[in-house]
Amino acid sequence: MFEYHRPTSVGDALAVLADVGADGKVLAGGQSLVPVLNMRLAAPGHLVDINRLAELAYVRTEPAGVRVGALARHAHVERDEQAYAAVPLLRRALICVAHPTIRNRGTTVGSIVHADPSGEAPAVLTLLDGEMELASVGGRRTVPAAEFFIAPLESSLRAGELAVSAYFPRPPARSGTAWREVSRRHGDYALCGVGVLITLDDDLRVAAARAAFISLGPTPVLVDLADAVAGRPFDAVDWGAAAALVRGQVEPEDDIHATAAYRRHLAGVLTARAGADAAREAAA
Amino acid sequence: MTETLHATRLVVNGVAHTLHVPARRLLADALRHDLGLTGTHLGCEHGVCGACTVLVDGEPMRSCLMFAVSADGAEITTTEGCRAPDGGLGPVQQAFTECHGLQCGFCTPGFVTTITAYLRENPLPTEAEAREAIGGNLCRCTGYQNIVKSVLRAAELVAPEAAVAPQAGGGLSEGPR
Amino acid sequence: MSGRLFGEPIARREDPRLVSGAGRYLDDLGPDALAAAFVRCPHAHARVVDIDVTDALDVDGLVALYTYEDLAADDATRVAEPLPLLIPHPALTEPRTGYPLVKDVAKHVGEPIVMVVATDRYVAEDVCERIRVEYEFLPPVVGVDAARDAARAVHDDVPDNVAAHLVQEVGDARAAIAAAPHTLELDLEIERSASMPMEGKGVYARWDAADASLRVYSSTQTTTSVRFALAAKLNIPVDRIEVIAPDVGGGFGVKIVHPWPEEVLVPWAAIRLGREVKWVEDRREHFISSAHERGQLQHIRVGFDDDGRLLGLDVEFWHDNGAYTPYGIIIPIITSTQLLGPYKPGAYRVEFHSLYTNTVIVTPYRGAGRPQAAFAMERTIDAIAANLRLDRAEVRERNFIQPHEMPYDHQLTFQDGRPLIYDSGDFPASLEKLKKLVDWEGFPAYRDAARAEGRRIGIGLACYVEGTGVGPYEGAHIRVETSGKVVVSTGLTTQGQGHETVFAQIAADELGVPLDAVSVTTGDTRRFKYAVGTFASRAAVMSGNAVALTARKVRAKALRIAADALEVDAGDLEIADGTVRVKGHPPGAAGGEIPLRTVAVLSNPLRYAFDEESKRATQFAVGDASGPPVAEDDEPGLEATDYYSPMQATFANGMHAAIVETDPETAEITILRYCVVHDCGPMINPRIVEGQIHGGVAQGVGGALYERIVYDENGQLLNASYMDFLMPYASEVPTIETDHLETPSPLNPLGIKGLGEAGVIPGSAVLASAIEDAEGIRITRMPISPSDLHHLRLDRARQEHDSTAERGAAE
Repeated sequence: MFEYHRPTSVGDALAVLADVGADGKVLAGGQSLVPVLNMRLAAPGHLVDINRLAELAYVRTEPAGVRVGALARHAHVERDEQAYAAVPLLRRALICVAHPTIRNRGTTVGSIVHADPSGEAPAVLTLLDGEMELASVGGRRTVPAAEFFIAPLESSLRAGELAVSAYFPRPPARSGTAWREVSRRHGDYALCGVGVLITLDDDLRVAAARAAFISLGPTPVLVDLADAVAGRPFDAVDWGAAAALVRGQVEPEDDIHATAAYRRHLAGVLTARAGADAAREAAA
Repeated sequence: MTETLHATRLVVNGVAHTLHVPARRLLADALRHDLGLTGTHLGCEHGVCGACTVLVDGEPMRSCLMFAVSADGAEITTTEGCRAPDGGLGPVQQAFTECHGLQCGFCTPGFVTTITAYLRENPLPTEAEAREAIGGNLCRCTGYQNIVKSVLRAAELVAPEAAVAPQAGGGLSEGPR
Repeated sequence: MSGRLFGEPIARREDPRLVSGAGRYLDDLGPDALAAAFVRCPHAHARVVDIDVTDALDVDGLVALYTYEDLAADDATRVAEPLPLLIPHPALTEPRTGYPLVKDVAKHVGEPIVMVVATDRYVAEDVCERIRVEYEFLPPVVGVDAARDAARAVHDDVPDNVAAHLVQEVGDARAAIAAAPHTLELDLEIERSASMPMEGKGVYARWDAADASLRVYSSTQTTTSVRFALAAKLNIPVDRIEVIAPDVGGGFGVKIVHPWPEEVLVPWAAIRLGREVKWVEDRREHFISSAHERGQLQHIRVGFDDDGRLLGLDVEFWHDNGAYTPYGIIIPIITSTQLLGPYKPGAYRVEFHSLYTNTVIVTPYRGAGRPQAAFAMERTIDAIAANLRLDRAEVRERNFIQPHEMPYDHQLTFQDGRPLIYDSGDFPASLEKLKKLVDWEGFPAYRDAARAEGRRIGIGLACYVEGTGVGPYEGAHIRVETSGKVVVSTGLTTQGQGHETVFAQIAADELGVPLDAVSVTTGDTRRFKYAVGTFASRAAVMSGNAVALTARKVRAKALRIAADALEVDAGDLEIADGTVRVKGHPPGAAGGEIPLRTVAVLSNPLRYAFDEESKRATQFAVGDASGPPVAEDDEPGLEATDYYSPMQATFANGMHAAIVETDPETAEITILRYCVVHDCGPMINPRIVEGQIHGGVAQGVGGALYERIVYDENGQLLNASYMDFLMPYASEVPTIETDHLETPSPLNPLGIKGLGEAGVIPGSAVLASAIEDAEGIRITRMPISPSDLHHLRLDRARQEHDSTAERGAAE
């Protein structure tokens, strides 16, 4: 049993959150939280339902990036054409989140705050050096992606704080992105997934390359691929070397669905595949 | 210690109701037990099987992953609401009976609502699209083959005028609705 | 109406209500009932030291809670006794069953310890959370290896963990193998899986104190057996209990087990409380407290000649039966006997050990031991083919029992206690059809073309034989009412097989009435009291034939009464469209016909008319004063009851082929084509047959590539949810191409064979065969995941490297 709050403004929400502190959980999409409650694996004393905060239900494409409000459903973000034009990786990654029905309710910001090591949105935020806007009665603060994810299911959101938006910067000019993942069933959590960002210089040689992995560590794993691919023409990259570099840097674990060794292997394979896609897009 | 009850307004299949339910009452349980609409079923209560899928303001959502109070003010459509106006079978339901798209029928409500919403967005799916459309709902009886057929048949029944001049490939139809 | 209904792909009559939300499944009933929930043991093996309910007692809405002590204190019933051993067998020397609530020691995670009854399920679970149970941990036994090693015991008085040990043999297999020109040995494994119907179990009970009668609704596959069990446990006369299966959301075997603890306890509580009580399990409960199946380790030795003909087959396998054996050793017996498939084994020896582990009980899941059997035999045949470099279809053909050899007596005893004698089937013809359907001959060229594109594909083949329609019997009752409606009842149950339709088709055909006039009830002891249940692909064979026989009786009676009324010979009459008429007589012409509903009126001589029609049967309107109104050997009413009881099972068969593609890098496995040729004899409703096959194949694919129940060494179930127990979505199941052969069964009046389990049986066998063909790696264990395949590839690469290195070193 929990006490239920349904604030109608962000200010009200922050006041309630300040009150209930660590004994409160925010209910946005609920697609991760409610199963946990249904199975009685957690019992927060307070649930703060933010689904009335219509002012947070936006996807805003700005000159430098896309800002996603706390109440924007994955489906909304996925379908937004302007957001796709600015940051195509968002749609490419989000269509891998579960199934459309889940995405109709689950929120992208909520998914980031949930910080599941297999979550696509946290990896996209990490790859693009995005940031989270957090609010409390004490004011607002911004936390860059690199500092946001602490441990599995743990972000640096403090008790009493509400994540109000996530910001995804546009990749630099002459960049390409790609998302690849392997899951057991369509829509399942990935055994291994990767988002790749390749930026080319004016000669269409690789100027920067990085990859963010899911399901390979406690938080998204960011790997700089430069050592393996920098300076190469976009269509003559040694993706095998990139794969080897990645395999040397990730430390996945075994679980009932796949071994660590297989995940490590996948990391290399998917880096090569996504990398080639991203490089091609960068050159186009 | 009794639970606080929250007044919750739901318009379900076109009929307005005010329920007084505890906050933790799932939307699925409210529909089934408070409103007696037992067509919506619970197969897992963790959002994976899809038998509980209903339309919330026209969008398919898992009613086992929503609290009724959260849905306050929403328009809900259940499988009962997918019937024809005269109470007979609606086009998606009719398609299922024509194509042997159900066996035990327990998962079927989730498919009916999902497909009803899907065909509004994509009235003329290809077979591959039809299979993808039902890809988030589990069925243990049919092996999905006849459900895929049911989607295609439902498309014909929903918009027969669109079906007369079929699109060559997939994608959104630009025909009359 | 015109033409026969048998054989028609008629749309199902149950569909309109099910598809529009008007189905009535267990949890749709009893809206005012109290709700039950259980505190279940979280440990695999533990003594219950203390149960402290203090904190639970003040929860608002709690009505009652019960522990084993309460059961033991109830002298009026027998609920404190162990649950029944359903199927004893001489080889089951150490059977064990559990108690409805744990008595001293819980033997698997999930065993119920406390039953809570409250105003609703939310409250009941609140109460459960506040009950504190103190446990003394005992060392658990998990997995066949641990059970075999027997360092620890599941039951103190069964120190070697062996519940049963059985050897069956025909001829001297070991000698035949020793003398054979070629021999092979295989070690195989199939992992545990589960039925997982979309609807879990549920029980709803109503006690009527005024007439001391109990009505129980249960999501069960056997209402008549539950009824007997409850009468015994609750000490209530059988005729004071009625058990009804409402609409059931799938069974697949798990709901044949009975009585579940909850099936005993919910009615027991309803009686004690004088209130309606209902229990509906949630998905986690289903995972940890219903039943699983499939887990076996197998060791096979085979001797064969240069042509790949079997000379001797020696099989030993270890079957994990979980913590208790309520269903006896049916599954390993089925594995033992059905392993032979469509082949002549030469000499055959099969030995199994059924072992206890501290895990959920193991009882039939669609296939019930046959998938394991098909896996063993088909992998063996493939291994022979590989060894001799022969075509895999060719080796099978060489070993087939030929059609002219039917009936073929394997000289073994089947799961029904009857001889294993195949009655029908044309295996060569089925294989021909399959080879054509999948284009077996054209595959090498297809594979070469794919290889040139860097793709890796393979084709697999698997055959099986399935004993269906086991006894002891089923029955039917049919009554033609004075309205013309034909009311059909049979005692077995329905979980989506379309019985309301297929049995109506049979009855309508036999009686000559329109399909719409017929209604069918299954699984309701108020309507039919003698039955066995729905399992083992038996419903169509058993109840289908019972319905036919009963309808023939009704028809004969109708003709007799009509003949009397029309003053003609019964032999001159026929029934069509619900009207009895003289053959050749133009329809509608006077004097030559009488509607069946009028015959129904006449069948019951009346003193008191109750409507216009019934006046025709009153005593001044009819009757021959030379005899009594109801003759000595007759009964009132146009109705009859009859039973079908078979001499033995009737053997259906099927053959599957699959083409798979494996990703050379990620090892992901995709099924490109899946083909089925099936022989269940004449099909009552081809659409329903196909649906059953599709569903079975989906479970076969699931069992081969996705589903396995995973226990850790502490007996904790690691994947007790749909997130981690991977049942296939539509994206994982291929399009299934089917063709049929119809060789009738000579054993029953309709000539039919069962098919309910057909689709799933060779799933693991055929996909292992295809993956092996694609990869060139021996596949001995299923299910197989991309991660598994990746490691098999690494192993093979290592072996090749090692052998290259050895050769290098030797040179």
